[in-house]
Amino acid sequence: MLLVLVLVTIGVFLIVRLVPGDPAQMVLGLKARPEQIADMHHRLGLDQSIGKQFTSFIGTLLATGDTGQSIAYNVSSRALVLSRLPVSLWLIGCSAVLVVAISLPLAMTAALHKGGWVDQLVRIVPTITLGMPEFWVGLVFVLLFAVTLKIFPVGGTQPGIDGMLYSMALPSLTIALAQTPFIVRSLRTRILEVLGADFVVTLRAAHLPERVIRRHVLRNALLPALQLYGMKISFLVGGTLVVEQVFGLKGVGSLLFSAITVRDFPLIQAIAIYCALGVVLISIIVEIAGGLIDYRVRGGLGGEARHQEAGGVA
Amino acid sequence: MKRLHLPRTLAAGVALLAAIVLAVLIIPLLSPYDPTAEDISSMLQPPSFVHPFGTDQLGRDLLVRVAAAGRVDLALMVGVELLPFIIGTAAGLIAGYYGGWPNRIITLLSDALIAFPFYLLVAVVAFVTGTGVTGIFLTFLIMGWIIFARTVKGATASLAGEEWVESARVMGFSDTSILLRQMLPNVFSQAVIVLVSDMVALLVAIVTLGYLGLGVTPPTPDWGTMIADGQSFLATRWWVSTLPGTAVVLVGIALALIGDGLNDARRQV
Repeated sequence: MLLVLVLVTIGVFLIVRLVPGDPAQMVLGLKARPEQIADMHHRLGLDQSIGKQFTSFIGTLLATGDTGQSIAYNVSSRALVLSRLPVSLWLIGCSAVLVVAISLPLAMTAALHKGGWVDQLVRIVPTITLGMPEFWVGLVFVLLFAVTLKIFPVGGTQPGIDGMLYSMALPSLTIALAQTPFIVRSLRTRILEVLGADFVVTLRAAHLPERVIRRHVLRNALLPALQLYGMKISFLVGGTLVVEQVFGLKGVGSLLFSAITVRDFPLIQAIAIYCALGVVLISIIVEIAGGLIDYRVRGGLGGEARHQEAGGVA
Repeated sequence: MKRLHLPRTLAAGVALLAAIVLAVLIIPLLSPYDPTAEDISSMLQPPSFVHPFGTDQLGRDLLVRVAAAGRVDLALMVGVELLPFIIGTAAGLIAGYYGGWPNRIITLLSDALIAFPFYLLVAVVAFVTGTGVTGIFLTFLIMGWIIFARTVKGATASLAGEEWVESARVMGFSDTSILLRQMLPNVFSQAVIVLVSDMVALLVAIVTLGYLGLGVTPPTPDWGTMIADGQSFLATRWWVSTLPGTAVVLVGIALALIGDGLNDARRQV
């Protein structure tokens, strides 16, 4: 995971140097005077040697978490990204909660009534939704729920926690629906496996209430699903970047795409690094959540024990 | 020998895809309209007999535009996927067969790349190459091979442990010949199944890039830019955005059905 951060940092440093032509020229346009370009070179530190540029880039990044002044906004890139972060975090958070809220009952019902209508539905729906671009689903939601039924706002954010939840409903549903098929599928398979385990037979034989048995089954099936979810975090973040654009949310995603059109590279560097950092942090949170569900991970047994059959230890 | 019956999903998928490809090829030939010809006098008209899909904000016929965009996007989908497919399969064969450091490098690279949000990479690549087809090619060259390498690696590794591979080696077959003549045919079907489902993801990505203004550049018609065009009139002119999107969804369904069908067919054998 740390490796990702290192690779991304080196990558984004090199990217700017890989751009064909002169970054300063690119920013200022073709009509720029030579002294303007020299000035920009100096401002961006491009008049120094590559080695020196790299050490100063890493130095500032580690010391202040910044990648330099944004060219378009003329303020620190870090400050810009941080100012846009809350909206994106809200969106990711709401989406993650929705994914769980949709997937758990669906997978549980599908597994408990194998071959039933919910099970069929869970198998067929992904075939259709797989080819649906997230942004298009978002637009269709706007058309249905905001324009026609007028239940939710067309876009933007509203003040207050309730206003925020209200404005996040459609965008987070859009992102969540793209994620659920994978989660439901793997969770269903996992629940079926656990249902066949010895301990469930024992619990059944002991005439425990079905409700209690379900809780034990779910607990055992949840961990692998959570690990899979952890692997899909980058998709969640990627989806957020795009869906923000559909709903006119002023988050990191809309900042990114506007930074590209104006070729604001310190800002792009900052966004890339902070997104990678976000993915790493969320993965760590997922790992910790996994530990709370499964005491074998918490107890430091981890590794080998985690891969063994989950039967009988809940 | 028992006659293999074609899974119904496969038949349905192939039929749907064939219908789409045929429509995309024929409609521009038969239509009286040019996909890029603007006609301000017939702007944003709803679907009718004259314009079955309506017209867009520049008065262009949407039916012929959806078809023309289909030509562009479908060709791009197949063209872009080819190289990652070959590279990924080759890398997977090598890593699965030899293990050791080729295996470690591939695992490391794929772990690192998978943790990086795809659309962020796209944005960064688009920054370097400028918008357009080059960026799409490059991004998929970087990202696309991983899924094939992973699948093929797993399949090859499990084959490599089998006795017939060992005996082939003892009989003096070279590694290259074992890899190409024995391993490849065995793992190829799995790679193709992954290819089909990955193409759906690729098409979605191409269209999304178009929507974000980072993909196919106008005036070349593309489903993504068409959907973006319609976004500002979504409330009153629903057809401009929804119809090109439906085309994407239909291709997705066709490919998903083919993928499911191939999977079933493989299990039958």
